[in-house]
Amino acid sequence: MNRRSAHILGEKAAPRWTHPGAWWVWALGLATAASRTTNPLLLALLIAVAGWVVSRRRPDAPWARSYAVFLRLGLAVIAIRVGFAVLLGSGIGTHVIVTLPELPLPSWAAGVSIGGPITAEELLTALYQGAVLAAMLACIGAANSLASPTRLLASVPAALYEVGVAVIVAMSFAPQLVADVSRVRTARRLRGRSDRGIRALAGSAMPVLEGALERAIDLAAAMDSRGYGRVGAASAQTRLIARILLLVALMGICVGVYALLDGGTPGALALPLLALGCIAAITAMLLAGRRTARSRYRPDPWALPEWLVSASGVVAGAVFVVTSMIDPIALTGPTAPPAWPALPLLPVVALMIAALPGLVTPLPPGSRAFRGASAGESSASESAASERTTREEVPA
Amino acid sequence: MIIFDDVSVTYADSTRPVLSHVNLQIPEGELVLVVGRTGSGKSTLLRCVNGLVPHFTGGTLSGRVTVAGRDTRTHPPRELADVVGIVPQDPMSGFVTDIVEDELAYGMESLGLPSDLMRRRVEETLDLLGLAHLRNRSLMSLSGGERQRVAIGAVLTTHPSVLVLDEPTSALDPGAAEEVLAALQRLVHDLGVTVLLAEHRLERVVQYADRVIVVPGDGMPILVGTPDHIMIDAPVAPPVVELGRLAGWSPLPLSVRDARRAAGPLRERLAPLVDDAARRSRSTMHVIAGTPALSLSDVSVRHGQVHALRGINVAVDKGEIVAVMGRNGAGKSTLLGTLVGLHTPGSGSASVGGSAPSSLKGRSLIRRVGLVPQEPTHLLVADSVGEECRATDHDCNLTPGTTRTALDRLAPGVSDDMHPRDLSEGQRLALALAVVLAADPPVLLLDEPTRGLDYVAKKQLVSTLRSLAAEGRCVLLATHDVELVAEVATRVLVLADGEIVADGPVTDVVMGSPMFAPQISKVLSPQPWLTVAEVAAALEPAS
Repeated sequence: MNRRSAHILGEKAAPRWTHPGAWWVWALGLATAASRTTNPLLLALLIAVAGWVVSRRRPDAPWARSYAVFLRLGLAVIAIRVGFAVLLGSGIGTHVIVTLPELPLPSWAAGVSIGGPITAEELLTALYQGAVLAAMLACIGAANSLASPTRLLASVPAALYEVGVAVIVAMSFAPQLVADVSRVRTARRLRGRSDRGIRALAGSAMPVLEGALERAIDLAAAMDSRGYGRVGAASAQTRLIARILLLVALMGICVGVYALLDGGTPGALALPLLALGCIAAITAMLLAGRRTARSRYRPDPWALPEWLVSASGVVAGAVFVVTSMIDPIALTGPTAPPAWPALPLLPVVALMIAALPGLVTPLPPGSRAFRGASAGESSASESAASERTTREEVPA
Repeated sequence: MIIFDDVSVTYADSTRPVLSHVNLQIPEGELVLVVGRTGSGKSTLLRCVNGLVPHFTGGTLSGRVTVAGRDTRTHPPRELADVVGIVPQDPMSGFVTDIVEDELAYGMESLGLPSDLMRRRVEETLDLLGLAHLRNRSLMSLSGGERQRVAIGAVLTTHPSVLVLDEPTSALDPGAAEEVLAALQRLVHDLGVTVLLAEHRLERVVQYADRVIVVPGDGMPILVGTPDHIMIDAPVAPPVVELGRLAGWSPLPLSVRDARRAAGPLRERLAPLVDDAARRSRSTMHVIAGTPALSLSDVSVRHGQVHALRGINVAVDKGEIVAVMGRNGAGKSTLLGTLVGLHTPGSGSASVGGSAPSSLKGRSLIRRVGLVPQEPTHLLVADSVGEECRATDHDCNLTPGTTRTALDRLAPGVSDDMHPRDLSEGQRLALALAVVLAADPPVLLLDEPTRGLDYVAKKQLVSTLRSLAAEGRCVLLATHDVELVAEVATRVLVLADGEIVADGPVTDVVMGSPMFAPQISKVLSPQPWLTVAEVAAALEPAS
């Protein structure tokens, strides 16, 4: 067993894509863990674990750069949360750091105060709550970087395919939009106009949207002429039922996952909804599976690495959920009074387990990590390495 | 294989038909070339074949198009996907997935082919088009030629009996274009695929075609014939054909090889005129020596891991027209971008009119240097020509109407209320040029100006560039178009992997090169002739 697994796990295994579904299960497990703790040390560790796995298994593709974007988004969330705490602080707590001048408000606005004393307790609470959101964003960003959206689409069951396409097109819209914005800014520079500020933004909105729309139409034409949506054998009625079931399934799953992530909703609501969603989804797939004429090229297998990846995420999530029931103090960042948070052992071990995918998964094909490993990239051979990249980009 | 039976197409927003009463029969295994000016209806003709017109574009189609026995009226594009493969003008716009291998498999997945068959065909196609080393690469990271080959491969995997390509080589360097055309040749000869292709660069494709369809535009009847027949009195022709007409050869040569075999006597006649011609040929030069208009000294630019430019040293004088050549991805666009401050050199210094372009902003930038990007529309912001001109006058503090007058000089007859998108490629380029020239920059940069231009628009561009140089401007153009370079440039820079590998007068640089030599030079080498006009001018006093 040990010997066999040496060939399908880790860097020695032949490079292949790890099933995108496994990455999403892992990321959602981590996100669940993040939602159950406000302990800043655990949250920081969690973000670090996600980042480490991303850095080790990120493929060399444009969509794989989204982790940094999500991290920045997380920082913005923290900043906004803390900003509001400063501005609208209610002055709960005893450790006053600074007292801002308070804006006098009319009597009907009683209960709201702008300015006033800022306490350490309040600041910390805001910081920790922001950090929870930032950590969850980091998990989503990790999944986005590790799992190719189009490969995810390829492993979506036939029945979900059309919905999947819509989602994927929407997802590819975003990076294209970024490219368009930079293109329009270049144009503004070449026209001698300022490329920053509100007016520049307003001036570039139209061309950017036009470009995006045009590309969507081109893509639709390309998909149509390559046989997308050829009709299979099923009757119109079956198709209608399958679609309705699909809608129910999506709603059930979404609400269920939300309930699971949001600690405030009773678990009794989350699990039945999730179960209902899954049952509806399976029925819809069985119904609609009959009608589609699609086949799949080299589907990603679900093998030992996938089991390990998803299990490590589920374990981390489960440990945090259970700990939050048994020993909620361990997972809470102490705010009243402000104190250095403890580092509970079990959750730390759980997070270490969640880092396993960075070791056990095979490398993605053609990634920079893979090229580096195979060619022994070092700073001395950097120019040789870059020569190699340029040569690869130019047809011989 | 393809039958057009009295086909007329009228788009919803126009009153005149784009195509009217087209009758056409294309048998199996033919390579058919479709030529015509921009906007003449070439693309419409191509898109009729798989039913994109009218199922996707809207409009009215009368008559009947039948492909492999299927009527496009009752078969939308998806139901024809197993018979017709269509490659759009911009391959990137047709990509559905993000990895080469998946892109090749996409069409087969839609058709529901069994997985072992898909596996085999993907491997075969990778080999057929020389893509095996790129199989796991992201499509975004490929060069233009690679993208084009992937786009062709992606439609080939379903084994269509008809392949339709819209300007497959317009964005490619000469080497990559030859690769793509060689692959097409192989499909036609070995697999019996019927190929229908539209192309402006006749010099690249006409010798491969079995038949040529001329679409004159404005709903006039189309012309169909063998290439040598069509070329006898075609208004546009590749340089070898023009040389053949000048020398009175019959049959007319279509390839360099044919022309070379007929050119013996002509070379003898030209031999005593060489010295004289060398003195005269570049008499249109207006090079003003002194402080160079632009200079790069030891400039290096990096994009992430890729060294786009390495140690570039170059200075260009006023009045020079310099062509920057090199394969796709050699650093041409980066070089131009550096000169307008889009990229900041990692080391070394760039200078345009005495200042570093990356430190310039707004008006002080556009008064020194202007760039017309590869896609002229990227420069245009307004939704009508008139609005665009007014905006430019405002940007540059000019009296209202100045840009409009400049545009009329470059391309007469563009109406004020047209949307820039609806202009022809040539008119769009003229508008972009007018916008850039409004600020009167002494340095003008153009990135791939002849992409998608028909011969008439190209002639117009050549005379514009010449008069700009005569005014003492310095013009730098990045291009793959060797015929344009032969026509207009005074000096050539060849880039490879971000380094300058050749820098000198056109004759010296392009003459010996199998890639960059224009057709006339290939026919008449070792004599230093580059264009038909030069040969004609030399022969005139002699005859």
